[in-house]
Amino acid sequence: MKALLIGEYREGKLLESTYELLGFADQLGVETAMLMVGSEAPLPAYGGTLYLADAATCDEYNPDLHKKMILEAVQKENPDYIVFLHSSYGWDLAPRVAAALTAAQVSEVIACVDGSFEVGCCNAKMRRTVKTSTAKTVVTIQAGAFPILQPGGSPIVQKLAASGGAALEFVGYEPAEKKDVDLAKAEVIVSAGRGVGKKDNIPTIAALAKALGGELGASRPVVDAEWVSHSHQVGTTGQTVSPKLYVACGISGAIQHLAGMKKSDFIIAINKDKDAPIGEIADVLVVADVMQFVPALTAKLAR
Amino acid sequence: MKLLVCIKQVPDLESRFKPNAEGNWFNETDLAFRMNEYDEYAVEQAVQLRESLGEGTELTVLSIGPDRVVEAIKKSLAMGCDNAAHIQDAAASAKDPWQIASIIAAYAKERGFDLIFTGMQSQDRGSAQVGVTVAELLGFACTTTVVGFAYDNGTITAKRELEGGIKGVVKLKIPALVTCQLGLNIPRYPTLPNIMKAKKKEIVAIPVADLLTEESLAMTTRFHPPAKKGGGIVLEGDVGELVEKVIAMLKEKTTVLR
Ligand SMILES: Cc1cc2nc3c(=O)[nH]c(=O)nc-3n(C[C@H](O)[C@H](O)[C@H](O)COP(=O)(O)OP(=O)(O)OC[C@H]3O[C@@H](n4cnc5c(N)ncnc54)[C@H](O)[C@@H]3O)c2cc1C
Ligand SMILES: Nc1ncnc2c1ncn2[C@@H]1O[C@H](COP(=O)(O)O)[C@@H](O)[C@H]1O
Repeated sequence: MKALLIGEYREGKLLESTYELLGFADQLGVETAMLMVGSEAPLPAYGGTLYLADAATCDEYNPDLHKKMILEAVQKENPDYIVFLHSSYGWDLAPRVAAALTAAQVSEVIACVDGSFEVGCCNAKMRRTVKTSTAKTVVTIQAGAFPILQPGGSPIVQKLAASGGAALEFVGYEPAEKKDVDLAKAEVIVSAGRGVGKKDNIPTIAALAKALGGELGASRPVVDAEWVSHSHQVGTTGQTVSPKLYVACGISGAIQHLAGMKKSDFIIAINKDKDAPIGEIADVLVVADVMQFVPALTAKLAR
Repeated sequence: MKLLVCIKQVPDLESRFKPNAEGNWFNETDLAFRMNEYDEYAVEQAVQLRESLGEGTELTVLSIGPDRVVEAIKKSLAMGCDNAAHIQDAAASAKDPWQIASIIAAYAKERGFDLIFTGMQSQDRGSAQVGVTVAELLGFACTTTVVGFAYDNGTITAKRELEGGIKGVVKLKIPALVTCQLGLNIPRYPTLPNIMKAKKKEIVAIPVADLLTEESLAMTTRFHPPAKKGGGIVLEGDVGELVEKVIAMLKEKTTVLR
């Protein structure tokens, strides 16, 4: 069995997460070949075949051209699996490749079990085991679910080039918004999630942050609803933090939030739902109404 | 111009999920359903475009599912969609993304849509496949994870959200499909007058068998809770006692109170 692994470059840099694809292939127990649209410097530390296209000529994001080149490599390698990261690049490209091959796609895989795949569902509260029935399977793997595997060596490079029209024009990158708080330096972060209920309740959460000598963080819906500014957002599309203490108030524990805070030394979650997935990583899950518990804790700390 | 927005109805995710009799999805008894959160952003963007284009533009909302999905359709109509298609399928939850996408594509093919909006993913299944696959089946230009959208004379300028808050700016020409990410806009709440108006809007019911031609490619064999990793302590009870316990833990396990 063989897997074609689709690595990623961003702004001229090889993304470290590319090596998670090798961790996945290792668990699946398959041979590998790789494909990347990037540049020759740096090449990944990988000794196998690397299909390499130049991002300078076909852009880091150009799904039409990238799909074409992947299909060309699929023809040459005849892989059983075509594996992407479940990232903004991977979830965009994978269904296009799957559709072209009429191959089944399994998204955001977290584990391999006897030829089937485990994926999360229902906002990470539950799991599904998925079995595919096509000769080839397209897979996207969840960020951080598989270990980084850096085999070393230098790849045997096979150059790819794509030509022809594309339905889409990549204009360029826009940098992330400037931050007015740097959460990365905070020793304590108290974050508000949708469970705090409304904007008027944010000061209550901020008061606990203050009582603990920390900063206010937030999950995404709280930022999207404009209760707090984006610079407070923790997660894949916000900041990555690792404070001594992280208090999650009314946050369910979606993977994109966890990715930003799971390295915290000590995690307390306050949630009225005992089954909330945040409980899987929290050191303490306080099952309570956040608007009852938080003011009581703040009051006690103030004394 | 003809616009389409695809919506899915999903269970309230704060519910407790129990496997159904087949053990391959959740049991729907006692669950409350609502519109997939990502799709609310899709509907809002479609409605905003429809309003800015004015006369001569038609916005259709489509949902595949059992009768209960009509509730989500009605909400979309009250938000400003002009008419609706309910693809009736009591077994929609057993279909894989490939089949769902094929059904939508079969519906759209005959009707000459210029622009289709979908959510980037559904909250219950979360495959992030249906939108892109529909675009591929129709040969539409497509981009995903859109947090910025502007339309001018046949060209869409979209901002895609990338990891770390960076954005990728892309341009695409219609016919096109975009998948909408959280934060794209602020979805409106339907007002009472608009809810009343929506009652007069047409919902066309189409049996799924009229549109379904594809076999499933992937099958769920088991639906189950995650294996508990353990380690964490769960505290329950009276708030006063919880506060005492948490303060004791903070003193014992962290240095933040010193
Ligand atoms: C590509 C992508 C990137 C993303 N990036 C991020 C990111 O950077 N950061 C991020 O946070 N999210 C991100 N998300 C969104 C993420 O998937 C979740 O939607 C989000 O984290 C949910 O936020 P939440 O936990 O506050 O809300 P919900 O999931 O709605 O959870 C609310 C929680 O509050 C609890 N609750 C409700 N009422 C009370 C009460 N009275 N007392 C106590 N508890 C209560 C509920 O039980 C529930 O667990 C991203 C999503 C995508 C697709
Ligand atoms: N049953 C359905 N009916 C209509 N649209 C759907 C359905 N399922 C998924 N979609 C659309 O496809 C998007 C992505 O869904 P998914 O691929 O399941 O993550 C959703 O946000 C919806 O816009």
